[in-house]
Amino acid sequence: MASESTPPARRESVAAPLIELAGVSRRFEKKRDIAVKIAGALGLGVQEEIVQAVDQVDLVVREGEVVGLVGESGCGKSTLGRMAAGILPPSEGHIYYRERDISSLDKAEARAAALAVQMIFQDPFGSLNPRMRVKNIIGGAPVHHGLVRRSEVSRHVDDVMQRVGLDPAYKRRFPHQFSGGQRQRVGIARALAVNPRLIVCDEAVAALDVSIQAQILNLFMKLRRDLDLTYLFISHDLSVVQHLSDRVAIMYLGRIVEEGPAAELFAEPNHPYTIALLKEVPRLDVRRQEFAPIKGEIPSALNPPSGCHFHPRCPHATPKCRTETPELKEIAPGRRSACHLNAEL
Amino acid sequence: MTHIPTLAVEGLQTWFHTKAGVLKAVNGVSFEVDRGKVLGLVGESGSGKTVTGFSIIGLVDPPGRVEGGRILFNGTDLARLPAEELRQLRGARIAMIFQDPMMTLNPVLRIDTQMIEAIRTHSNVSYKKARSQARDALGQVGIPSPDERLAAYPHQFSGGMRQRVAIAIALLNKPDLIIADEPTTALDVTIQAQILFEVQKLCRQTGTALIWITHDLSVVAAIADEVCVMYAGRIVEQGVIDEVLDRPTHPYTQGLIGSVPGHNRPGSPLQQIPGVMPSLLTLPKGCSFRLRCRYADSACQVEPEMHVVANPYHATKCWHPLSGEVSHGI
Repeated sequence: MASESTPPARRESVAAPLIELAGVSRRFEKKRDIAVKIAGALGLGVQEEIVQAVDQVDLVVREGEVVGLVGESGCGKSTLGRMAAGILPPSEGHIYYRERDISSLDKAEARAAALAVQMIFQDPFGSLNPRMRVKNIIGGAPVHHGLVRRSEVSRHVDDVMQRVGLDPAYKRRFPHQFSGGQRQRVGIARALAVNPRLIVCDEAVAALDVSIQAQILNLFMKLRRDLDLTYLFISHDLSVVQHLSDRVAIMYLGRIVEEGPAAELFAEPNHPYTIALLKEVPRLDVRRQEFAPIKGEIPSALNPPSGCHFHPRCPHATPKCRTETPELKEIAPGRRSACHLNAEL
Repeated sequence: MTHIPTLAVEGLQTWFHTKAGVLKAVNGVSFEVDRGKVLGLVGESGSGKTVTGFSIIGLVDPPGRVEGGRILFNGTDLARLPAEELRQLRGARIAMIFQDPMMTLNPVLRIDTQMIEAIRTHSNVSYKKARSQARDALGQVGIPSPDERLAAYPHQFSGGMRQRVAIAIALLNKPDLIIADEPTTALDVTIQAQILFEVQKLCRQTGTALIWITHDLSVVAAIADEVCVMYAGRIVEQGVIDEVLDRPTHPYTQGLIGSVPGHNRPGSPLQQIPGVMPSLLTLPKGCSFRLRCRYADSACQVEPEMHVVANPYHATKCWHPLSGEVSHGI
């Protein structure tokens, strides 16, 4: 919190990394039930089901920056967000907080690092305890972690509630007594109550109506200015991400396929998947749109295609794409893309 | 001889009689859809857009009831049609696609069983003929290897494929009107584009009239010819799509457009509509939007009439209609 008095950092890549994921992977294994175990013992060679939700991802979120993480369902964006927030340990790879590996921190430092990264979820109903009053939802963590004395917690809760646009008079209410937008504000207040540096927003506005969504997005932008916050903003909604982010990473089936400054990436997408995605988003100014959708479904993460995961749907796929996984390579300063086509040019 | 549109809804009122009072979910809604045209019905949750769709097809359950108005389908008033005659129209001449395809599909029956039943209920064809019609319908909505997929159960399809099956079922009897209630809201962008592509193509080919109910103005911009904007059970603005989206006159419509992030300069504050939609039980007198409207004055305590403000057709329900173009450029 030393930077509080300094003016907001210029949003350039010179800012120090706040959180860095290096070669992070996450696998989910389906527990073998008794039938499978017996079959295995009999030598039937039943395959274990392993989902590679996140596959060797490198991502840096710098101090003061908003990084948008975009992808369709099942691409691993939420899993990546959860690992960044420290809720889920990675199966492989390292996570650095302020350039220190969080697995090497001592207990007190690890706790401070964990508090500095907070998360806001899509469904405020699912993430707020329905039997707790709002003042306890917001005030519980700061007291527990000794950030605020018990005698001062009431004032702290009032402050935080005002900051997110909730009337402190409502603090004795339960979550169900709030509307959807207000509940999301409670979720934001809970995250802010422990003075985080980075907030991971996982589809935080997806469940809200357009006019309420605008209110919450404006709140995010205001909080960023007021508190000099950093966001990892996860969403399937390209227009929301474009509006909020300085930098954007596009995920497809567990891998980042393209990454770059938001303005450049949206103006000139490089990866065929990004290009298709941007072209197919309905926009207010495009009437009677002629859709030319890319074919096929998003493949199952249980059994992803070989080589480049996108090759079965890609209009430009070559034999090389079927066998070799393209690396995420720099294509311009600050821009990376994982496509074999770039090498041929 | 005057022209009879496929569907003309006139002053529709659908009310729910609850213990807390009479909830006027749809209160005086009028619009028309013509052959081969797409009408977008836009509104936020609680605006009454879904209940409007359900009223047309006669699926409003008690305590809800169509209290007034006419629903003229090819000139016949559906609101006064005996239940049996309405049942014969439903699934044959009028079809509905729901947000959740599992509202259409029976999870324990194979797709072919469900599709063949839908065909044979409404027309006298052989099992074999019905099966081949069902296969053609699946092919039409872009399901690969329809012959094999006919024998599958709904759970064996992905979400996008399930929605295609639901659309194929809606298309089976070549209806004159399809009511689609947020059918792509739960789908991913690339899958949504595929569905919109198919639906567009089918409307053009078969001349089916389509009502597309959604909260997403951008989807409406992409496919609709005309649009109705609903707020608290009423249509507040309606007209030709370019008119309404480029020159919105109702402050609510303008607020909705201003709230869409993709249409604003990145990082700029989005236009906010203050407050939330009021409960239908405690609507303010007069214009129901006036408590959230920054142009409201004493005139707004009387409910405004829908009136035409421009040609091609563009009408608004506001005492102080705005003028001027909004830019969608970034």
